[in-house]
Amino acid sequence: MLETMPKQAPDTLAATETYDVEAVNSKERREFYAARQKIHPKRASGRFRLLKWWIMAITLGIYYLTPWIRWDRGPLAPDQAVLIDLANRRFYFFFIEIWPQEFYFVAGMLVMAGIGLFLVTSTFGRAWCGYTCPQTVWVDLYLVVERFFEGDRNQRIKLDAAPMSASKLAKRTAKHAVWLLIGFATGGAWIFYFADAPSLAVDFFTGQAAFVAYSTVAILTATTYIFGGHMREQVCTYMCPWPRIQAAMLDEHSLTVTYNDWRGEPRSRHAKRMRREGVATGDCVDCNACVAVCPMGIDIRDGQQLECITCALCIDACDGVMEKLGFERGLISYATLKDYNANMALAGAAGGAGAVQTESIDPGRVRDESGRLVGGVAHTGLHSIIRPRTILYAVVYALMGIALLVALGLRDRLDVNVLHDRNPVFVKLSDGSIRNGYQVKILNMLGRARTFRLEIEGLPGAILAAPQDGIDPGEEARLTVDPDKLRQVRVFVQVPADHVVPGASDFRFVASEVGGGESATVEANFEAPAEDR
Amino acid sequence: MADKADKNVDAFTGIETTGHNWDGITELNSPLPRWWLWTFYATIIFSIGYMIYYPAVPLIESATRGVSGITNRQIVAEELAAVRAAKAPIVDKIVASDFETIAADDELFRFAVAGGNSLFKVHCSQCHGSGAQGSPGYPNLNDDVWIWGGDMDAIYTTIAHGIRDEADDDTRWSEMPNFGTDELLTGEEIASVTQFVLQLSGRDHDAVQATAGAVIFEENCASCHGDAGEGSAEDGAPNLADALWHYGDSEEIIRAQIAQPRHGVMPAWGERLGEANVKQLTVYVHSLGGGE
Repeated sequence: MLETMPKQAPDTLAATETYDVEAVNSKERREFYAARQKIHPKRASGRFRLLKWWIMAITLGIYYLTPWIRWDRGPLAPDQAVLIDLANRRFYFFFIEIWPQEFYFVAGMLVMAGIGLFLVTSTFGRAWCGYTCPQTVWVDLYLVVERFFEGDRNQRIKLDAAPMSASKLAKRTAKHAVWLLIGFATGGAWIFYFADAPSLAVDFFTGQAAFVAYSTVAILTATTYIFGGHMREQVCTYMCPWPRIQAAMLDEHSLTVTYNDWRGEPRSRHAKRMRREGVATGDCVDCNACVAVCPMGIDIRDGQQLECITCALCIDACDGVMEKLGFERGLISYATLKDYNANMALAGAAGGAGAVQTESIDPGRVRDESGRLVGGVAHTGLHSIIRPRTILYAVVYALMGIALLVALGLRDRLDVNVLHDRNPVFVKLSDGSIRNGYQVKILNMLGRARTFRLEIEGLPGAILAAPQDGIDPGEEARLTVDPDKLRQVRVFVQVPADHVVPGASDFRFVASEVGGGESATVEANFEAPAEDR
Repeated sequence: MADKADKNVDAFTGIETTGHNWDGITELNSPLPRWWLWTFYATIIFSIGYMIYYPAVPLIESATRGVSGITNRQIVAEELAAVRAAKAPIVDKIVASDFETIAADDELFRFAVAGGNSLFKVHCSQCHGSGAQGSPGYPNLNDDVWIWGGDMDAIYTTIAHGIRDEADDDTRWSEMPNFGTDELLTGEEIASVTQFVLQLSGRDHDAVQATAGAVIFEENCASCHGDAGEGSAEDGAPNLADALWHYGDSEEIIRAQIAQPRHGVMPAWGERLGEANVKQLTVYVHSLGGGE
């Protein structure tokens, strides 16, 4: 039937444009050894496209600009707000400073990120893929550049087919140059997270920076250029594990980009005429706009598929067509599988067992006389988002966040480590007393110098000394530790002969801040000769 | 040798199969990926260049030298020279400074302790133990007993010139007479002195014999070991009144030491290790905890 009809039918299609496009993964063309079909996504416009522009601006802004934010931490610490200082083993994030032994904060944040991904996926499907994944954002940016130099979909297809000419060469050169420039800026921004950005920028362009800086920029320039400019959807489909994992995360209550064939089928390019003539048709006019805008090159009308990153551009494209035709929006929409099934049952042949077949859809069942959708149709609403599973994820996410914040508020800024000498384990002195040696490390994790009083608890008669640090034998040692530094002191603990207990005895080193403040207690051993010696 | 017509070709893909058949399942004989092949060819070309440039082919007694002439021995020599050159300024400073200056300068002190530590492990640990803990006859360097003195200068002299090292003119020398074998004292007298020495350091002893021994000690031993057995670092005479013993604290060992003393020998290290190394060793040994 369709083949015999003229391509430009006067009634329906006058209002809209039809695209000669086929999904790259359409069933008819599916092969085991298929070469890549180049995809030329058409520019979309609408609510979701606008949202994506904003998200793109914000995420790229955060990525490129964060290293340049300054944050005053006093004269001895770097003034970069976000800095991963590998050489000095510190991670700075605004008011937070993390030492290597506090890496569990980073681990905790990674776990939170994982649960956040679960939360978002079970609620909105692959919202991460469609809106915020770097691959999606940079491909979007690269498409903007491509469109600027080569025009939209049809012009690009023409240009691809055209023989090489001066104008084609100029366009291609300009496009690739800007792509490479973006890749370079991307790699360049990355290294600024690992060193003081302003001074590294100067070093970088004067050839003074470390080799690792140049190689990192080179690698990231290459990956950005290749992934964003050339591989695009193949990264998502073939390289990324998430499309496979999502199957475990989605359920029938998750919002996914859905073609509502219960109101779209049977599709016809002549919907209005057919309806006038009394033939039941769905809302889909088979204009292929949804396929033309798809950056993955798929046809959403084939159903949910792993290639779909739920970028929702097909929703924008379809809504635009529906508005032009005077139909209700939402032929393609965010919907849950549960609502979709309910609506299919409403539209399809009643009484049938199993899934409702598309062929049995009768548009008359979901529309009243005036062409509006009937009241029984299920719509996406708040109930699609707020449900036990998403609430559970949100609660776990919030609890972890609170736990990390509490841990951050209560964490120690003083740490003491004690290492007993291994050889010799103890030393007998001329007066018969026994001496043990220890490496005591005091970590002052605050940005100011602090003096600590080091004492011994639970070892009668013991005195301590640190001759290498000029500390004479006594009951306590006063040690000043520089801001944000570790001080290692060799401490001798001596027990007089009449107090010596044979074998090992437990005691404690206590370090407390002079003038009140933090204190820390560490267990240690004092070794003496065994009884029989 | 099957000619082309005999080759099994998979109908679905159009690719030749290996001919193996497992219950109707065959295996595609897909060609290697092009990038893999080219990488492989590139490694072959690289290896030829490598063989020409570097020593590579083993011969009966040696190997080809390669046009570069590089040898591992030469690389190590260059690296060692570079390390020595890098350390030269601070080593020169240590040679030029006295011990007070070294102890006061944090950088010099830490360099000397670290360098002394590694030198000690190589040259000294065989006798004194890797932790300088010593053993009978080989003093523990961690404690506060020093037969020849425990300040830096005394330690330096001991290390540089050794003890009873006949090859060194300035070596430290002390010799205790063989009271028993040379028949300077009778067996009974030696037993009495032994009891007195035990008394000196507050150990279990026979009071009657010790009283007799006190007289013998005063006549024969006090000139070196002192009236109260406190010893003398100048003469290398050990302190007999403290809790630590060079060869052991049992009655038999003390008696044997009086009858026929053992005399330990330490080699002179000054010429073998050089001024800078001996100084570093001195600072290290002094820092172990007993330095005076």
